[in-house]
Amino acid sequence: MSSSPAPLAEAVLSESGQNVNLCYQCKKCAAGCPISYAMDHTPSQLIHAIRLGMDDLVLSSKTTWLCASCETCTTRCPQDVDVAKVMDAVKIIMLRRGVKPAVPRIASFYKAVLGNIKRCGRMFEVGMIIDLKLRTHEFLKDVDLGMKMFCKGKLKLLPSFKGAWTSWKIFHRARKIEKQHQDV
Amino acid sequence: MALKYAYYPGCSLHSMGAEYDSSFRAVCDKLGLDITEVEGWICCGTTPAHCTSKLLALALPMQNLCAVEKMGLDKVVAPCASCFSRLKAAQHETAADPAMESQVREVLDAPLPTSVQVVNPLEMFLSNVDFGGVAAKELADLKVVCYYGCLLTRPPKVMEFDDCEYPMSMDKLLCSLGMTTLDWSYKTDCCGGAVSATETDIVLKLTRDILEEAQAVGANAIAVACPLCHTNLDTRQEEVQQKYDTRSNLPIFYFTQLMGLALGISAKTLGLHKHFVSTEELLQGMG
Repeated sequence: MSSSPAPLAEAVLSESGQNVNLCYQCKKCAAGCPISYAMDHTPSQLIHAIRLGMDDLVLSSKTTWLCASCETCTTRCPQDVDVAKVMDAVKIIMLRRGVKPAVPRIASFYKAVLGNIKRCGRMFEVGMIIDLKLRTHEFLKDVDLGMKMFCKGKLKLLPSFKGAWTSWKIFHRARKIEKQHQDV
Repeated sequence: MALKYAYYPGCSLHSMGAEYDSSFRAVCDKLGLDITEVEGWICCGTTPAHCTSKLLALALPMQNLCAVEKMGLDKVVAPCASCFSRLKAAQHETAADPAMESQVREVLDAPLPTSVQVVNPLEMFLSNVDFGGVAAKELADLKVVCYYGCLLTRPPKVMEFDDCEYPMSMDKLLCSLGMTTLDWSYKTDCCGGAVSATETDIVLKLTRDILEEAQAVGANAIAVACPLCHTNLDTRQEEVQQKYDTRSNLPIFYFTQLMGLALGISAKTLGLHKHFVSTEELLQGMG
């Protein structure tokens, strides 16, 4: 049997600098994860699957999408594996490979937020929420909450556009540089 | 002479966390700390950036640190825990990875600042102010649990702030202003901030656990230092009560609001009227 790392493990290493082969399955990451109860695979199971080359399981798992980036796993790993970074790396690799996200509404949320920042420079919440609803079709979700927030003066009706040009340039250049590095 | 800090409010303090902004400014003013908003700041990219692009996640915060340097300042205070975390991570990761550092420089078309120190308000207050005798109002009836959330202290290698499993800085600060803070085991547990807009059921469960534990130790208020924590614990508290048939009614304060109350700043300036869970009943008769 070959001892070379599985392809996904290699991709994770090159994307995040994290070597999942250091994991010895102590499961501290799974025990401390506040969201593991709602995941289809715990963080330690996901890491193990990456090591075993079970790409299909990893890429169709909800785990990386449900991760709240709370960094508890990263903080507690005795092998110093930055588990939260592995979660990010798997998502980035999936998006690059065009794999359909296992929790589409979270991917839609990321798109809505980033599109908003790119256009406005600073997040314009009302615009972001409308964009998110158009993507997810969950038109009634949190409408009451939004109205109440608006009445309390917590939401603005118009974006500020301060820094919009700076932000747009950063998005544009970052995408260009990322493409160049992917091509080589 | 007072030290001068650049102030990076981030998107939330200009919208959902407006009362964190107003209370932070009022407290700084009262304590003679000089803060100036970063000129032309942009969003730090928060979770959606680091989940989808490493380069974007570093370039957006770095742009803001460049803006701080342009102002001729070498310290920036970021009250939002997520902004604080992204600014620190950008510094940490560009310092550790020369290839990424060069890509970020290429994106920003500028040299990266190396001497800007990123701090959160807790650090800023604790290192600059002697609180002996400054409290104007007696708030001894407040039994507060300090909720630090995730990103103020985690991961410790990057954040280099307080104890990552059992921080005490907020407790120390509020105690030195005459309040009582209680020990509890949910100081750094996650409220689900990053998935609040999409996975509401998860957020309601995590928030219920936090509220329940706060009540179990006898707290009558929770102090927070993050606009996402405040949004989940305050604005979603009614939903938690409906879903789990509980009665918490726990007022959630930004720690700067509690500081402001102790320093004699008015409730209106501190933005207490913006809370969903009323603070009036609790504060009646105090002071």
